[in-house]
Amino acid sequence: MKRFALAGNPNCGKTTLFNSLTGSTAHVGNWPGVTVDKRDGVYKKCAEEVKIVDLPGIYSLSPYTPEEVIARNYILDEKPDCVINIVDATNLERNLYLTTQIMEIDVPMVVALNMMDAVEKQGDKIDEKELEKRLGVPVIKISALKEEGLKELMDKAYNESNKTREGVTVLEKSSLSHLIGDVKIALKGQKVSNPLFHAIKLVEQDSIEVEMHKSTVSMVEEFKNTFNDEIFGTDFEALVADARYKYISKNFAPVLSRADKTKFKMTKSDKADKVLTHKIWGIPIFLVILFGIFHLTFSENLLWLGSIFNMPSLKDLGLLTAGGDPMNFGVKLLACIYDGAIYSPGVIINNIWNDLIVGELFGLIKGGVEASGMAPWAIGLINDGIIEGIGAVLSFLPPILVLFLFFSILEDSGYMARIAFILDRMFRKFGLSGRAFLPMIMGFGCSVPAMINTRTLADEKERTATIRVIPFFSCGAKLPILTAVAGAIVARFGVGNADLITYGMYLLGIITAICSVLLMRSTSLKGETPPFIMELPAYHAPQFKNLMAHLWDKTKHFVKKAFTIIFASTVVIWVLSHFDFTWHMLEDEQINQSILAQISMLFQPIFTPLGFGSQLGQYGWVFVLAAVSGLIAKENVISTFATLAACLAAASSGIIEGLDISAEDGVDAVVAMIRVTGITIPGLLAFIAFNMTTIPCFAAVATAKAELQSSKRYHGTLVFWIVTSFAVSAMVYTIGSWWWTMFIWAAAIAVVVLCIIAYNKRQTLKQQ
Amino acid sequence: MLKTLDQFVPGESGVVKSVSGEGKIKRRLFDMGITPGAEIAMRKKAPLGDPIEVTVRNYELTLRKTEACCVSMEVAK
Repeated sequence: MKRFALAGNPNCGKTTLFNSLTGSTAHVGNWPGVTVDKRDGVYKKCAEEVKIVDLPGIYSLSPYTPEEVIARNYILDEKPDCVINIVDATNLERNLYLTTQIMEIDVPMVVALNMMDAVEKQGDKIDEKELEKRLGVPVIKISALKEEGLKELMDKAYNESNKTREGVTVLEKSSLSHLIGDVKIALKGQKVSNPLFHAIKLVEQDSIEVEMHKSTVSMVEEFKNTFNDEIFGTDFEALVADARYKYISKNFAPVLSRADKTKFKMTKSDKADKVLTHKIWGIPIFLVILFGIFHLTFSENLLWLGSIFNMPSLKDLGLLTAGGDPMNFGVKLLACIYDGAIYSPGVIINNIWNDLIVGELFGLIKGGVEASGMAPWAIGLINDGIIEGIGAVLSFLPPILVLFLFFSILEDSGYMARIAFILDRMFRKFGLSGRAFLPMIMGFGCSVPAMINTRTLADEKERTATIRVIPFFSCGAKLPILTAVAGAIVARFGVGNADLITYGMYLLGIITAICSVLLMRSTSLKGETPPFIMELPAYHAPQFKNLMAHLWDKTKHFVKKAFTIIFASTVVIWVLSHFDFTWHMLEDEQINQSILAQISMLFQPIFTPLGFGSQLGQYGWVFVLAAVSGLIAKENVISTFATLAACLAAASSGIIEGLDISAEDGVDAVVAMIRVTGITIPGLLAFIAFNMTTIPCFAAVATAKAELQSSKRYHGTLVFWIVTSFAVSAMVYTIGSWWWTMFIWAAAIAVVVLCIIAYNKRQTLKQQ
Repeated sequence: MLKTLDQFVPGESGVVKSVSGEGKIKRRLFDMGITPGAEIAMRKKAPLGDPIEVTVRNYELTLRKTEACCVSMEVAK
């Protein structure tokens, strides 16, 4: 099968084109650096099927960031049959800079001129026929988004792939041409493939190239000695870059004719920027937007209208039966939207999903299983084990999707890149660049792509620090823990409100991340603050199609996980909690003799300082078990509660009167756990904090291992996660239980900080 | 008049004279189109005064003052 590679600048629409060509739903966003690894798909509308490879976005074929190296190695070593170079027409000069470099490789290529609609909207024109003539490679106008010109592009690319093309360079006419020509001839003599490309890179003293052709370097140096430019001296890297841009401005840029000759006019994007990146209001606006997102997702009192206008509850209106249930279906529907206050959109969708869809559906299934006449253990396994477990996880699909939708909008609109811009100064204080903020924000969705995205960070130490703290940005799978426990605290103790607790815990995660980065950058990962040079893309309205594709992907992933990993875990947990070590099946009441309980009890004392250990009594092991099961997938934490709720209720019925467990959703399951174990609010908060900051799920750990590329750093990372989670949750528990312990913690932190400062001082003195 | 890019105030513009600095940063600046002869217009400063946003080769670029001071400019009148 033929292989076509998509190459181009970051944010020029490669992935959009990739999705249009292959029908995939790869992640697209409006900020430079969304794609950091290559991925492939199949295009079927050519004469034969063609494999399309989407390469990470790059500005140049220089060797400085990992994704540049990935793209460069792919084109050079894997020898695709054709390179489709996507050029953002709104940004012609800089995009063609990469084009001039790809042209130097002996590979067939076509140029796809993307975003022409945006250019024409401004009244500007590009003469693509003229550009084609001047470049010497085919140029095709396309719109990746509207899927226009794709057929022509692919047919052209297919045509080209049947020919061979020899590399050409725009440096031909520069002062360097003799030097490059000499090196090229020498390399050709050594039978090196792509001699022109390698010759130019050698002249540039490109680090990878110097490594590869050690024998030739001395020869190149000799050639160079005969050369001296009057402006640049012997700075060949500068010379080459300058020559490229000069050629582009002179020969290629004129194909663009502007309607409006005034150079820096105000576009809509500029107007939006005036407000969003305002000198004073930029940061407050960002915080309000972040809070607004959480408020719209979790709040049961939208814009605090219920408190402001003192709205009546459904009970006050006399719409509930004596038992507190809605009178009829209409009221039930109303109850999803309103009860003494209007709910936020996130909560409304959540209620509709859980009360009207999942609740009813699972009720029906359970009824069916009970009526089927199966063995009691099978009914127990299916109804109490599997359905409760999976149901508890599925009940959190709506808030995960709503939150994800908001972050997708931020990403797609171009605001995300601005956040990096306004926060860079702050991030620098922590020893990171503003760029590091983007993978962190992605962490709110899922740690796995976020960790992969750190490849855009050029500095190794910055990458390591960022990968380590990404799990503290609580991901979608941890959200059930947050909302279920927060909801249970409100339901059981009647204090606070759920969205403030949730927001607070998110904040705790962020603060933990900041503190640990500070700590790492001043101890084990010391280094200079990496540079921050980043393109700010124009704002655009989020694409509906794109957003839906994101959501659909997330849903698929989540549901698949629920019915595979979570399903298997609930079965294992149910079985292990119903058998003892001699493989006798136990009654629900005997759960404490089960294999699971016996093992978990061994570890219970370790968690005593965190508030969910020995002090919770004989059934307290369930919190230990939940936390450990979270290492497989964080959704397991709540599904474990739900799976075991019925047994624990039966076992503890002698102790607690009137405990009725019908754990339709995760909140009920946690309420049951609170009643069985008597855990306190600080204990519960510490439990959230522990799950948020400890070793993340299996998938994230594997990703971290792959991305860190050093077993020493990887093991250090595991230790770091364990230590941080114990320290943070012990702090939450002790301060929450006994406020005065905060002075002890403050003193301990002060001592640590002073030690670090003193140690660093000594080190610098020693060096002097 | 010659001055480095970090000393520009919003609204000011000029032409790049030369780019200095450590290899990696210099290369990055070149790749992003900041080469001698390029026109740069200073757009704005981030809250807290740093980084800065500039227009170069018809797009928006953000960079820190520490990187901007590698760029010597001839101020346009």
